[in-house]
Amino acid sequence: MTDGKRERLIREMQHIVGEQAVLHRYEDLVAYECDGYTVRNGLPSLVVLPKNTREVAAIVKYLHEHRIPFLPRGAGTGLSGGAIATNREVIISLVRMNKLLHVDYANRRAIVQPGYVNLKLSNHVAPKSYYYAPDPSSQAACTIGGNVGENAGGAHCLKYGVTTNHVLGLELVLPNGDIVRLGGLPDTPGYDLTGILTGSEGTMGIVTEITVRLLKKPQGVKTVLALFDRVEDASVTVSEIVASGIFPAALEMMDKTAIEGVESGNYPVGYPKDLEAVLLIEVDGIEEGLQEQIGRIVEICVKNRCREVKQALTQEERARWWANRKTAFGAMGTISPDYLVQDGVIPRSTLPEVLKRIGEISRKYRLRIANVFHAGDGNLHPLILFDSNKPGETERAVAAGSEVLKVCADVGGSITGEHGVGLEKMDDMRFIFTEEEIASQIRIRNVFNPYNLCNPDKIFPKPARCAEMKKLAAVAAEEDRAV
Amino acid sequence: MNETGNKTVQTAACSDLSLKKSGYLWDDAPDPHKYSQCVHCGMCLEACPTYEETGLEPHSPRGRVYLIKSVAEGKMELNEMFKDPIFTCLDCRACETACPSGVQVGALVEEARGQLFKADPPKGMQALLHKLFLHHLFPYPRRMQLLGTLLRWYRKSGLEKWAERLGLLRLLPKHLHDMEKALPALTVPPVLRSHPEHLEAFGEKRAKVALLTGCVMDILFSDVNEATVNVLRRNGCDVWIPKGQTCCGALHVHAGDRDMAKKLARQNIDTFLSEDIDAIIVNAAGCGSALKEYKELLQNDPEYRGKAEQFSRKLKDVSEFLFELGVVQPKGSVPITVTYHDACHLAHAQGIRNAPRQLLREIPGLHIVELPSADRCCGSAGIYNLTHPEMAGQLLERKMQDIPSECDAVAMGNPGCILQFRAGVLQHKRPLRIVHTVQLLNWSYENEEKGERYD
Repeated sequence: MTDGKRERLIREMQHIVGEQAVLHRYEDLVAYECDGYTVRNGLPSLVVLPKNTREVAAIVKYLHEHRIPFLPRGAGTGLSGGAIATNREVIISLVRMNKLLHVDYANRRAIVQPGYVNLKLSNHVAPKSYYYAPDPSSQAACTIGGNVGENAGGAHCLKYGVTTNHVLGLELVLPNGDIVRLGGLPDTPGYDLTGILTGSEGTMGIVTEITVRLLKKPQGVKTVLALFDRVEDASVTVSEIVASGIFPAALEMMDKTAIEGVESGNYPVGYPKDLEAVLLIEVDGIEEGLQEQIGRIVEICVKNRCREVKQALTQEERARWWANRKTAFGAMGTISPDYLVQDGVIPRSTLPEVLKRIGEISRKYRLRIANVFHAGDGNLHPLILFDSNKPGETERAVAAGSEVLKVCADVGGSITGEHGVGLEKMDDMRFIFTEEEIASQIRIRNVFNPYNLCNPDKIFPKPARCAEMKKLAAVAAEEDRAV
Repeated sequence: MNETGNKTVQTAACSDLSLKKSGYLWDDAPDPHKYSQCVHCGMCLEACPTYEETGLEPHSPRGRVYLIKSVAEGKMELNEMFKDPIFTCLDCRACETACPSGVQVGALVEEARGQLFKADPPKGMQALLHKLFLHHLFPYPRRMQLLGTLLRWYRKSGLEKWAERLGLLRLLPKHLHDMEKALPALTVPPVLRSHPEHLEAFGEKRAKVALLTGCVMDILFSDVNEATVNVLRRNGCDVWIPKGQTCCGALHVHAGDRDMAKKLARQNIDTFLSEDIDAIIVNAAGCGSALKEYKELLQNDPEYRGKAEQFSRKLKDVSEFLFELGVVQPKGSVPITVTYHDACHLAHAQGIRNAPRQLLREIPGLHIVELPSADRCCGSAGIYNLTHPEMAGQLLERKMQDIPSECDAVAMGNPGCILQFRAGVLQHKRPLRIVHTVQLLNWSYENEEKGERYD
C-alpha cells in the first residue's frame, strides 16, 4: 500500500468510527501481531474498533471498494492463528460491540453483539436458572463472535454440542459491505446458511449480531475425579463409560505432564506428583438417577485399577476442579516458555494407540508433549512444549504437531475439533481432503467472498489457492474492464 | 542512588535474543523469566479494568507483557508510545489472580517503568512535583507530619471555607477538588509522633510486633493507626513503633523511581531488623505489598538480598496477622450493615481475601453483605486517581453503583481506597461510612468496655 493510499485509508476510517477508534502507529499495532497462536505473527496495517453494525458495514464497504484485505478479531484467544494479519490486513476488532441486546426467556434465546464475552451470558441468565451451553476453556475471556467464527466447543460439548448447535440466527456484514440476516428460527427452509457461516473462520463476512439458544440449567450435577497409575487404564475407562450407556455431560482427561503444568499453575487441585492420568467426569440432568450413574462410573473406574476416585462434595470443590482443568493451557507457561496446542479428533476406541504414537512423536522430536483432552468425544489437545528462543525448536514443534494430526487422520479422525484450521493447519487439510474437495470448498467461500479480501490465506492450503487466485484475478480483471 | 546514570547494557536480559539489541539500557530491566511465562492465552483480559474500559489490546495485561517483551527483543523503543500503556496500568494485579501460569505482570510493569523513568525522566512541573513529594516529603516522617499539621490548620481555621467561598478551590481541576473535599477531619495526631516507641500488650503477652505507620495512613487516617495499635495490644501484642522508619517506597516503585525506592527499602530493613520481633505489621495494603516485594526490588543487591527476604517473611498485613494469631473474640455490639471491598494490593497482590472477612464475622451484631465484583479496582491505585482522573473516575462510578443500598458502611484495608471511596460517597451524596477493617474490630472492643455487649 502506498503512503498516500494508507493516509486516505486512515482518514476514511477515522471519519467512520472516530479518531479514538483507529490505531495506526506502529507501537499501537505491535500487540495485535498474534492471537492465542504465537508461532506466527503479522503486523496489521490498522486496527479499527467499530461500535455498531452500521460502522462495520461502512468500514467493509470502503475496504471492498479499495480492494484492501481485512479480518475480524474478537478477544484474540483463538488457537489456530485465525486473527493473525499475515497480509497486512486491516483488523476489525469487535470488542467494543460487547452488548447483550435482548434476552427472551419465553423463547429461550438471547441476542448478543459479537464482542460479548461467552461467560457473561451464562452469568447474566444464571439467576433465572438458564445458561449458554458452549463452554470453551477460555470462556471467561473469549467472545461469542469469535466462538461463531471458530465453531468453538468446550468440555460440555460431549452432551450438548458445539457452537453451531446453539446459534439460531446471525446478522452479517458481507465482504462487500452489505448487511444480511440469516436464520433466526429453530429451522428455516432452504439451505442452512447459519450453519455454513458458523465455523467459517471469518472468511465469509463479519458477524455483527448473534441469536443464541439458552438452556435451562440441569436440575442436578454430579462430578467425580478418578486418579490413575496408567494412562491405558484411564483410556479404557473412558471407552467403557461411554459404551455402558451413560451419557456424561463432560469426560475430561489429563496426563502426567499436563498435571505437572496445572499443579504448578495458579489453580492447583493437589494431585499426587506420581500420577499418570486423571479423569474428570460429570453427569447432569434430573436429580433422580444421577447418583446411580455415578455409582456405575465409580465401578468402571475401580474395575480399571484407578488409584482413587472421589466425588465433589461441595460446589466450591467442583469449581476448583474445573478451574484447574480450564486453565490447563495457560498453566503450561509455568513449565515451558511456549506451547503449540493441537486439536485432533479420533474415534474413542483408538485412544490408547494414538497416545502411544504421540509418545513416539515426542521422543522423535525431543519435545515434551502434555496431553489434555475432551476424552469423551475423542477430541485431543496435545500441548507441544518448546522454547522459541532455542534455534530450531519452533520448527520441530510445528513438524511434531503436523505429525500428530497425521496420526489422527490415519486412524479415521480429523485435524480439528473446535479450534479451527486458521493459519496453523492449512497444509494439514490435505490429510483429510483431496485437491478437488478443497477446491469445492473454496468455491463455496467465493460465493460470499469473491475477492478473497475477508481473512485471506486462511483455512485452505496454498497451491490450490494459487490456481484459484489466478482464476479470480482473471474474473476481477474482467469485472474491472466491465466497469 | 549509586545506579543513577550508570548506563550499562544488561546482558542477562538479551543474551538469548542475540540478534537484536534490547531496548532496555539500565540495570533491573524486566526479567525475561517473568515475561516468558506468558503464553498469550488471554485469560487475563476480562480481569483488567483498563482493558474493560478501552477494549484495546495494548491496554490489557497480555498486551502490556507483549510490549515489554517487544522492547527487550528490540522491536520497540523506550518511547512515549510505550510509556502510555505502561503508565495507564493501575498496577492492581487483578490479572495475576486470573493468570493460569502466575505471570508477575505487576513486577514486569514496575520494572518497565524503572527503565522509562531513566530513559525519559519527568520534566518541568512534573519533575518538580516528583522531587517535592517523592524525594523531599514522603521519605521524611517529620515533614509529612508538618504537612498534616498545616492541613489540619487549614481545615480548622476556617481557611478552607474561605477558599471555598472565594471560589479558589474551583481553580483546581475537578478531580483534585473532589479529593480535597474527601479529606478527613484529621482529629487524631499522627501515631508515629504521638505514641511512645514501645507499648505493652494488654493482658497476657502473645507476640512482639513492629508497626509500620505509613505516610498517608498516619497523616490522613491516624485514627486507623490508633485503632490498629489498640487492637494489636488487646490481642496480646507488645507493639514497637520504630522512630527510624520511613516511607515504604511503593509510590516510587509505581512511578519508576526505583533508586529512591531501594534507598528507602534499605533504611526500613535496617530499622525493623534491629530488634527481635515476631512480625512487622502494616495496615495499608499498598505498602504491605511493596514491603513484601522488597526481596524483588533488592534482588540484585548482594548485601541486602538476604536481609530483604528475612524482612519480607516477617511482614504481615494486620488482618492476616490477627487471623493467623487467632483474634481475641470481641464482645461489643456494632449493629450496622457493612460490605467489604477487596483492596487490589490485598486481594490480588497478597492473596488476602478470607482473613478480613473472617475478622468481620467475629464482630457481634455486624451484618455483612457481599459487594458484587468486590475485587475490581476502585480507581485509587496509589496516585493513579491524580494522574489518570478520567479512568479512575469511571472505575469509581462503577464501584459506587455496586454498593448495596442497605449498607451503612464499607470496610477495606487500604488508605488510597478509603480516600477514593470518600470522594465517591460525597459525589453521590450517600450516607456511607468508609472504614478500615480494624476500626470495626476496635469499635467492638471499645463498646465491650462501655458495656454495650451484644450477648
